[in-house]
Amino acid sequence: MQHMTHDESAEVGPLEVAEMELYHPKTFLGKYIWSQDAKVIAIQYAITAISIGLVALVLSWMMRLQLAFPNSFSFIDPSNYLQAVTMHGMIMVVYLLTALFLGGFGNYLIPLMVGARDMVFPYLNMLSFWIYLFAVILLVVSFFVPGGPTGSGWTLYPPQAILPGTPGATWGIILMLVSLICFIIGFTMGGLNYVVTILQARTRGMTLMRMPLTIWGIFVATILALLAFPALFVSAVMMLFDLLLGTSFFMPALVSMGKQASYTGGSPLLFQHLFWFFGHPEVYIVALPAFGIVSDLLSVHARKNIFGYRMMVWAIVAIGILSFFVWAHHMYVSGMNPYFGFFFATTTLIIAIPTALKVYNWVLTLWQGSIHLTVPMLFAIGFIFAFLHGGLTGLFLGNVSVSVPLSDTMFVVAHFHMVMAVAPVMVVLGAIYHWYPKITGRMMHEGMGKIHFWTTFLGTYAIYLPMHYLGFLGVPRRYFSVAGTNFIPASAHGLNIGITLAALLVGAFQLLFLYNLFWSYFKGKPSGPNPWNATTLEWQTSETPPIHGNFGAELPKVYRWAYDFSVPGVVADFIPQNMAPQDVQRG
Amino acid sequence: MNLIHQLTTKPWEASAELPLQVKHSTQQNKRIALKVFLGVVTVLFMLLIVAYAGRMAYEDWRPAPQIRLLWANTLVLLLGSLGLELAQYAVRRGKQKLLYQSLIAAGLCTLLFLIGQSQAWRELGSLVYFQVTNPAIAFFYMITGLHAVHLIGGLVVWSQILIRLWRGFELEKVRHSVELCTLYWHFLLLVWLVLFGLLFTGNNLDELMIICGIKGRT
Repeated sequence: MQHMTHDESAEVGPLEVAEMELYHPKTFLGKYIWSQDAKVIAIQYAITAISIGLVALVLSWMMRLQLAFPNSFSFIDPSNYLQAVTMHGMIMVVYLLTALFLGGFGNYLIPLMVGARDMVFPYLNMLSFWIYLFAVILLVVSFFVPGGPTGSGWTLYPPQAILPGTPGATWGIILMLVSLICFIIGFTMGGLNYVVTILQARTRGMTLMRMPLTIWGIFVATILALLAFPALFVSAVMMLFDLLLGTSFFMPALVSMGKQASYTGGSPLLFQHLFWFFGHPEVYIVALPAFGIVSDLLSVHARKNIFGYRMMVWAIVAIGILSFFVWAHHMYVSGMNPYFGFFFATTTLIIAIPTALKVYNWVLTLWQGSIHLTVPMLFAIGFIFAFLHGGLTGLFLGNVSVSVPLSDTMFVVAHFHMVMAVAPVMVVLGAIYHWYPKITGRMMHEGMGKIHFWTTFLGTYAIYLPMHYLGFLGVPRRYFSVAGTNFIPASAHGLNIGITLAALLVGAFQLLFLYNLFWSYFKGKPSGPNPWNATTLEWQTSETPPIHGNFGAELPKVYRWAYDFSVPGVVADFIPQNMAPQDVQRG
Repeated sequence: MNLIHQLTTKPWEASAELPLQVKHSTQQNKRIALKVFLGVVTVLFMLLIVAYAGRMAYEDWRPAPQIRLLWANTLVLLLGSLGLELAQYAVRRGKQKLLYQSLIAAGLCTLLFLIGQSQAWRELGSLVYFQVTNPAIAFFYMITGLHAVHLIGGLVVWSQILIRLWRGFELEKVRHSVELCTLYWHFLLLVWLVLFGLLFTGNNLDELMIICGIKGRT
């Protein structure tokens, strides 16, 4: 236990930031396994998330193979098709994207970008990762238990989720719910850390409005997650009770397998409300960090300040608040009161305003910028396309009258994959190409990167654009087979084959990306400390990759915002945030 | 510099002097983290109350029998909270003996509350009305259970403080932990009072919904 002599907050003067004591590991295990360094924890999060994400990718191949070539593969039957659908969705949304954006990028970037030595609670941070890993292991275990993982759809709707007949209705669903509960507990620990670090550990001069938008995005997303995950927590606990103790929170009186079940009068609709009270903010938990990161990528690689910084910040905050008032637009066909539908359609469409502002500002940032088509920039521009596309179909689905006939069709699948899968993944990939030099000290191979971008970008369009048409035709989602359905023309089947081929190709080209990650680690061009000539603090560290404690003897002082690019009258085309006005060379 | 001012500054204007800064100390960080956590817990229990209210609106709602023991439990929890308030007073004034006594009293009251709650569980379980499929009864077990889990978490921190005191730490070194514990206990007392008042003493939530116009009088 450390001897605390003076920890009075009052003794820390108004212009001082107290030095934090760092935990200094002595052993290899302490440094890389049980590490309390946010940067190592970030890498641990990222590797775990991407690994489990690859499992989900393979599951999507399984689905696509069945849809294109029905009944041609002996390893796909209706049960494991549904299990693949469920696990693909749950893994991608929660265990990959949420964990990667907040646990991965959050941990790596928050302390570096706000000028802190580490997160404020390093031990809690470590614990957060290990609980997350435990949750992932539980999820993986569910593949190997009798009955396999749950096949109830990623929304886990009762009553079917826990009734016999649904795959994995015994062990699978229990492991799923327990894993989610663990994930939420672990995330809450991490989330408290991110919020307090951003609020409290900013370096001198780093006012809130000088923070890079990446940090704003992660900050607001973390708050959303802290407030939204309790809803999932509650519903998971209640469903576990229904399953294990025989309570009737969500389970109505029903006949199951020809027998009257012991449940009486629970409300499945209650589950849907709770689930979507979590589920819709979850979309923005994934999107807001992506919004923030892409703003920074566009600004750096177009050598131009972000257009409308304050508007961007307020839009992030506004989207965050609004996201709590739209949940029931996922429930238009659930039989709820139509007046609710009117209310939720209105709030849903209102979100389009701050979101559109952001899209305009990204485009205006590019306008007359000195656009460098580097790999991160390509992915950032790819994001704008995918997000705009997914956002516009969101307007379709936000309106009750348009949404009802499109419910449960492939149109919905196409919409949310464009807006919530392709768009954030574009940002994740762009961000990895962008920050890889800081993390490893080496550049990623640009040629491989460009092949990766074009195949991913064009490939995902080849997957999801035709899927909208399938939706219009009325092709339902989640179905194992649509054979013998009259209203679906034969041409739809041809389209399905095309989509599957594209999906297999896009997946395969991700292997090129993984190869690039490994290859560049050993053979990549040395990057130097600031290869993109960026202004933010993480590029100004004395060592690359940054050592434990991030900065040298003294923490940087911040004199300006993060977007001083191409300032008129200044020799260099960028001014780092920590450069004092008197040091700026003017010509 | 207040928040509004901070958020409306023009960030593109560089300045030679360094504005701000956040007073950053481990203690303050912990206090803020606790407050954020209490926000999360508030959402958790609010959702439970809303779910309860939503379920209540159904026609087949059967209220759970009331357990009188809960009144005694409430009193004991209140005493626990008062004990910690006293402990906070003692630690601020440097009164070691009083700190010991009040801390131990507060912990014992909390333990007593937990025992009382488990007794209430058993009492409800032995009633003829008891039916696991009755949502009112299931909600009672779940909500009181979640509340108890939070108190047990608090007791873990409480025992750490006691251990540190036994090891002869100076009062100043446990002061902050005592203060945080006090805040946490008061919060959980408040949560309990709301839960108890709305859900477990008659039809108060129903009345509230009628007053707010959410529900028509039947």
